[in-house]
Amino acid sequence: MHFGHDEKQKLIEEVHAVVTVRDAKHTNFVKFRNFKIVYRRYAGLYFCICVDVSDNNLAYLEAIHNSIEVLNDYFHNVCELDLIFNFHKVYSVVDEMFLAGEIRETRQTKVLKQLLMLSSLE
Amino acid sequence: MPTVKGDGMRGLAVFISDIRNCKSKEAEIKRINKELANIRSKFKGDKTLDGYQKKKYVCKLLFIFLLGHDIDFGHMEAVNLLSSNRYTEKQIGYLFISVLIGANNDLMKLVIQAIRNDLAGRNPIHITLALQCVANIGSREMAEGLSVDIPKLLVSGDTIDSVKQSAALTLLRLLRSSPDSIPMGEWMSRIIHLLNDQHMGVVTAAASLIENLVKKNPEEYKGCVSLAVSRLSRIVTSSYTDLQDYTYYFVPAPWLSVKLLRLLQNYPPPEDPAVKTRLSECLETILNKAQEPPKSKKVQHSNAKNAVLFEAINLIIHMDSDPNLLVRACNQLGQFLQHRETNLRYLALESMCLLATSEFSHEAVKKHQETVITALKTERDVSVRQRAVDLLYAMCDRTNAEEIVGEMLEYLESADYSIREEMVLKVAILAEKYAVDYTWYVDVILNLIRIAGDYVSEEVWYRVIQIVINRDDVQGYAAKTVFEALQAPACHENMVKVGGYILGEFGNLIAGDPRSGSAVQFQLLHSKYHLCSPATRGLLLSAYIKFINLFPEIKHIIQDVLRSDNNMRNADVELQQRSIEYLQLSSITTADVLATVLEEMPPFPERESSILAKLKKKKPSSVPEGSEQKETTASKIPAVQMSNNVDIAPPTSINLMSQGESSTDDFVDQGSPQGGSASVDLLGLGSPTQPTAPSVGSGGLLDMFDTLTSHSSAPATNGIDLGGLSGGAEEAFRKFICKNNGVLFENDLLQIGVKSEYREDLGRLWVFYGNKTTFQLNAFLVDVSTPGNLSETGLSIQQKPVGGEVEAGAQVKQQFNMACVQEFAEAPVMTIQFLYSGAQQKISLKLPVVLNKYITPAEMDANTFFTRWKALNSPSQECQQIIKATSPIDHEQVKAKLIGFSVSVLEKVDPNAENFVSAGILYTRNQQVGILLRLEPNKQAQMYRLTVRASRDKVAKILCDLMQTQL
Repeated sequence: MHFGHDEKQKLIEEVHAVVTVRDAKHTNFVKFRNFKIVYRRYAGLYFCICVDVSDNNLAYLEAIHNSIEVLNDYFHNVCELDLIFNFHKVYSVVDEMFLAGEIRETRQTKVLKQLLMLSSLE
Repeated sequence: MPTVKGDGMRGLAVFISDIRNCKSKEAEIKRINKELANIRSKFKGDKTLDGYQKKKYVCKLLFIFLLGHDIDFGHMEAVNLLSSNRYTEKQIGYLFISVLIGANNDLMKLVIQAIRNDLAGRNPIHITLALQCVANIGSREMAEGLSVDIPKLLVSGDTIDSVKQSAALTLLRLLRSSPDSIPMGEWMSRIIHLLNDQHMGVVTAAASLIENLVKKNPEEYKGCVSLAVSRLSRIVTSSYTDLQDYTYYFVPAPWLSVKLLRLLQNYPPPEDPAVKTRLSECLETILNKAQEPPKSKKVQHSNAKNAVLFEAINLIIHMDSDPNLLVRACNQLGQFLQHRETNLRYLALESMCLLATSEFSHEAVKKHQETVITALKTERDVSVRQRAVDLLYAMCDRTNAEEIVGEMLEYLESADYSIREEMVLKVAILAEKYAVDYTWYVDVILNLIRIAGDYVSEEVWYRVIQIVINRDDVQGYAAKTVFEALQAPACHENMVKVGGYILGEFGNLIAGDPRSGSAVQFQLLHSKYHLCSPATRGLLLSAYIKFINLFPEIKHIIQDVLRSDNNMRNADVELQQRSIEYLQLSSITTADVLATVLEEMPPFPERESSILAKLKKKKPSSVPEGSEQKETTASKIPAVQMSNNVDIAPPTSINLMSQGESSTDDFVDQGSPQGGSASVDLLGLGSPTQPTAPSVGSGGLLDMFDTLTSHSSAPATNGIDLGGLSGGAEEAFRKFICKNNGVLFENDLLQIGVKSEYREDLGRLWVFYGNKTTFQLNAFLVDVSTPGNLSETGLSIQQKPVGGEVEAGAQVKQQFNMACVQEFAEAPVMTIQFLYSGAQQKISLKLPVVLNKYITPAEMDANTFFTRWKALNSPSQECQQIIKATSPIDHEQVKAKLIGFSVSVLEKVDPNAENFVSAGILYTRNQQVGILLRLEPNKQAQMYRLTVRASRDKVAKILCDLMQTQL
């Protein structure tokens, strides 16, 4: 789906409003428009994926965690600042693991090897 | 400042730091503007920038954009970066384009050219960057420009695995965004074999692409079933050490397993027994593993394991063929219902909803009813409670309906506002669907209104009224119950509406008890009147006029109310009009007319519950189709009836100033103050016929019946055996001479309704066949024949085909087009044949198509009338009959009949005001025939003299015969 700049901003705000009010005892899934958001909270950061209603909740919940573990390895104990100062690299990590809205690669060692190889090219 | 990986861009890190240190929004904007000015000057300057600088500035622009600011330059520099041979420069270029450049940008041609160059190159890193860019943008232009390159990469032997992965998903993206741009080719037949690829990453990516292709064309790709099963089997049954590093927290390749299980849900259970067995083994293994002690206490382990388990259960439900697996799945979910993880409880409720619709597991699901009810009461997350409601709805059947509805009603008192409306709909549907005793149903709905009146939509209270009207066994109870409910000091307006409507119709059933006598009922309703909205007041006014008919003893009290300034001069036009018209109606009409006009509502036609329709619309996924189908027959209301207007929506008790076509037989001139005459359309006053019972004490009617039959059967040559007509057919037919719509026939199996319209010599008629049984009527055949030579000369009928089956409780419609070629005396005969429970049934009826339908009323003054009257003086042009009145002669009723007969009623023509004179033009294809009619009632003798003159021979006689049956 294509969204204009303004629509994207609006989406961000809406998702924020829906997700951040939820209690820790609530599920990690929440209905959003005609989709659902699967999210996981790490300290003050929420990682969200918007998927079709019929998609497998737990698989996406763990896909989030899988990519967080990759980020953690890549940045050696990742923190929020790593993600901000290296925002362009975060895109690379995401593109390795997800593409066209689908799960592309799940094996952490393989993703990390590829990322390290790319870093060496700099 | 954290360490920046790799070479870093020191300038970028400093800039980000500065932004973060800004104390205010203004300071941030100031800093950004300064940076933008700096970058702009660098880009414009004569000094050529090297790749590193370009990359750094483009990256800064991207950061500024991500902070939410607009960026209106730098695009060209980003495109330039694409042609760099350095990875980092290329990456930032592609990133900027993916994030910032829309699909319709002018630069897109350049971008696509750069992508094509990278795809054609041999550097897999560059190819991957280009593919990622395409996958992220996925525009039509890209699909068209790259439709050959990408499939080629996917199946080429020398493409490395990671490029194949990206190519598969990029192709998927393009197929989604512009499916017609990708040429199908040789690659398609090879694609399913990617499921066999030795590299699991390739299989993971390809599985998504294949599922997309399968959804469009399952037949073409059905070879993927056995491949997917064998792949799944190798994953599930292997020990986790075999799977390279695709094991996640001791679960072998969970994401790939999920994808394969989803792919299989696009197909029925495998046909090949070997594949089928192998799949069953996989599913059993997955269920078995769920019972094993966890290999890790980490939530990641249980999540990954259960992701596969839930998908396996989805596949089991989808196949719906193995009772053993279904019951095991249900037991597994039952354990999750009490799990400490909210996620699992939620997902178990969700999956169980699907299981409840399978006949194999419905009973197993019901075992968990108590747990689900507890969840409804105790869960903290509203979305979990919502799922519990869904599941209770899905597991409800006749055995547990009373309990489930009771629990839902109880919960409704404290339920979240967000789910109340939906709960109300669900309770209403369940109560209707599983009601054995309709008093229970009435209680449930009234409780709904009491507990959650604000959430009771119109559909719900319309429905309870429809049901009460269609079921006479519950009417007295309903009247008593609403009467009691209305005594609450504060009751919801919806209660007033239902109460007003039901008492207006059936208040007489409880008036015998002095505690709920007529005056008490009226006072009770009227005590709510001033608190209600205008719409409700309008409804109450209609109830009041109905009271006048039911309870003549309180007529004066009600008339006083109608006459009060508050009503007669109400600012609301509708209320004003109703007050005035009802007052007039009650003052000037005779008790008979009043009784006819205000007769009890006829039953409603059966159709899908409007509530169910609303729920489906509101939440398509929440109405499990399977469970609906299972119970549809039970949900039908036995009394299938059809009222005048088959499409009539919710009941408005009296429809004054009737919209649309008014059925003229109910015409009552009220001489209303507006000057116009208001017709009272009571939704088919020709209310449901009692098909066979002849009217009591109507010797005259029977005489007429004889006359008519003797007329019709006299010419034996016409070959129609009238004795063959089904019971009541003749009588029902006669009712249609002066009206166009109504019920033509009804027995235990079938109800036949008719609707028709005419214009000059053309007419259209629809016949509605309503199956009242709970079985399909098979071999349904309708044949229409016209007596004698009429088909060539009198009436030409064209019959639209009607289907061979009529489903249980369904209604089918058949259209007839008729043209009047010349005068005809005999109506066509319709023969309906069908098989019911294997037995042949035959019904013969006269189709109510009569000559007077083709008359158009004509206006003329006295002079013209008598001149023409005298001109038509030959004996063949006139027909006169003396008729005995079958009911007390009432001027207005006769007038209504004449208008229904399609002739005008001319005022001030006949010197005697008691007499009627009428005129009309009969349109036939061949000619127009002038019709004049005179009717002279004699009240003392209870006789009429009817004279018809027509400008064509035989016409007068035919019309006279038709009209005399109506008096």
